[in-house]
Amino acid sequence: MMVSTPTSPIQKFQQMYRNDRHLWRLILMIAIWMLFMAITRFNRFYTMINFQTMAAQFPEFGLMSLGVMLCMITGGIDLSVVGVANLTSILMAFILINLTTASGGLPGYAIPLVFLLAILLGAAFGLFNGLLVSKFHIPPILATMGSGELFTGICLAITNGNAVSKFSRTYANTINNRLFDLIPVQLIFFIVMAVVIWFLLSKTVFGTKLYLLGTSETAAKFSGLNNTRLILQTYMLSAICAALGGMIMLANYNSARADYGTVYTLQCVLIVVLGGVNPVGGKGRISGVVLAIILLRLLETGLNRFPKISSYYISLIWGGVLILVMVLNYFTENNHAFSRLARRNK
Amino acid sequence: MKKLAGRNEPYVFLVLFALCLLIEFRSGQFFSSNNLVDIASALIVPGLFAIGTFLVIISGGIDVSFPALASLSVYATTKYLLDIEYQGGIILPIVIALAIGALLGAFNGLFIGYFRLPALIVTLGSSSVFKGIMQGALNSKQLTIIPIGMRTWGTTALFTARNPVSGLTSRMPVAFIVFLIVLGFVFFLMRYTMFGRSIYAIGGSETSAHRAGFNVIRTKMIMYIMVGMIASLAGVIRVCMMQQAHPTNMLGMEMNIIAGVVLGGTAITGGRGTLLGCMLGTLLIVIVENSLILLGIPTSWKSVFTGALIIIGTGVSAYQVILMNRIKKTKLLVKEAV
Repeated sequence: MMVSTPTSPIQKFQQMYRNDRHLWRLILMIAIWMLFMAITRFNRFYTMINFQTMAAQFPEFGLMSLGVMLCMITGGIDLSVVGVANLTSILMAFILINLTTASGGLPGYAIPLVFLLAILLGAAFGLFNGLLVSKFHIPPILATMGSGELFTGICLAITNGNAVSKFSRTYANTINNRLFDLIPVQLIFFIVMAVVIWFLLSKTVFGTKLYLLGTSETAAKFSGLNNTRLILQTYMLSAICAALGGMIMLANYNSARADYGTVYTLQCVLIVVLGGVNPVGGKGRISGVVLAIILLRLLETGLNRFPKISSYYISLIWGGVLILVMVLNYFTENNHAFSRLARRNK
Repeated sequence: MKKLAGRNEPYVFLVLFALCLLIEFRSGQFFSSNNLVDIASALIVPGLFAIGTFLVIISGGIDVSFPALASLSVYATTKYLLDIEYQGGIILPIVIALAIGALLGAFNGLFIGYFRLPALIVTLGSSSVFKGIMQGALNSKQLTIIPIGMRTWGTTALFTARNPVSGLTSRMPVAFIVFLIVLGFVFFLMRYTMFGRSIYAIGGSETSAHRAGFNVIRTKMIMYIMVGMIASLAGVIRVCMMQQAHPTNMLGMEMNIIAGVVLGGTAITGGRGTLLGCMLGTLLIVIVENSLILLGIPTSWKSVFTGALIIIGTGVSAYQVILMNRIKKTKLLVKEAV
């Protein structure tokens, strides 16, 4: 097949669209929603504080979604993200309680220390998931469902279902701060993690290996890849993302509890699929997932600007958007296949 | 015996039996008549859900929308009957709920069967949609009063069991018969009809089933409608037994139900599994959830045990598959060497 060189800007744009229809469809949806909000509620939506609030809210489930995305690219799934996040935040809350000084402050090393510990803990939980999937060959959906239940169970057992708070407010104040009075600190965590994962996926051999593993496990094995190690690394990375999400939840709520964020499990899967990641594995980009996260936040915050509409409608819209996007993909992909077939017959 | 050893059901049964004995030794209360009746009545709703989930998993899909589906259809039914001040028996509520359940099941079936979208994603989306309709459009609140027909049906007992030691009594609800009827019906369907065989065939390989002449789209459509109806029935029974309609009470049950079905030896990839195993697995989960207190373990440890059970149970069956493959391989090697 010949590759036509784009001549006019319109053709160039057409090719860009054709290369990644899904991404453009998401951008179009965001644009339409922004336009709609501009027409109906301009003064109450387009304010600096509103955008700052949104940017502070989405990193907690955004980080978890990034982890789920990695697992889904390898053809697996991670349903334990919320369990990991809650267990990490509860354990860290206990450490913060111990570190809190009599005057109610925290020593300078406390916050870096808990984040370091959270990352280590996340890696350990991820290792557990990865071992179940790669060594014991439990289907990922069951392994992570079970471990998620187990982590949540441990949370319940050590807290009796109560919230853990009463640690120094310094922690929450630090994380809820804004850098240069402009950018929320939570957003920085998200951006750093997203850039790291983007780099890993598109600029390193590790990323290429992940896509190969997701496309065909057998092919990956016979290409000489160490599948076990790859799976272990993926699930560890996913759990580290989840643990960081848990640390942000700890700051946003200023407490930790076993049943915080239980809706996030399925919401993360929704986001990742909406972002164009194929649940069978081997396909998907981080840009799509980030756009899906932003779209969800914009929809939810925008809808809150209409007090007459119950906020419960968001779940209706969310599910509807997901199914709509999948059906649209079905039609465009089928047309694709159809036209290719027609060409071959000629 | 050899045939039995390769299957999951005997192990699940042994674990179940050991657990029962352990509870009996620790408390002496497990095999008392009222505890058995309590467990049987606790099994009704999860059991019905498990039958539906079993069908879906056998066909190679997975359904996470059934709690939302059941909640929506039973809430809509109860609300409507309260609004028209319905005074009659139980038949009309069940019929209305079944009709709504069939409609919602068809919604799932349309996207999974006709558009061939992955079942996990469709049911995730549809559970979100159902929840949205229930909480947004119907503006759901807890209904503490339910129609008189449903109330009396929920409290009618087949028989009551009385514990001579503690003096506690337990009622066996009439709904248990409904559960047995559905169980028998699905058992017959899966074992003796072409429809049941085609579900197994689709789960084994969709392409092969299609080539063999099964109408894949129609089978899936009918199956999802049936699953929707079974889930709605479970919803009605739950509301009748609890004597109130709580909109979000059932949400979040999906993970434990799926776990129970898979523990019973149903392959998550589809095509393999028996209804007996599915029921044993569900019973195991129900007993763990209800009887830990008899062992003297605080209820806050419940999730730890369910999680460990899922991991160990699925791990053992996954490991069996590896072992069997290895044995086959060595046998082949031996043959080749000869």
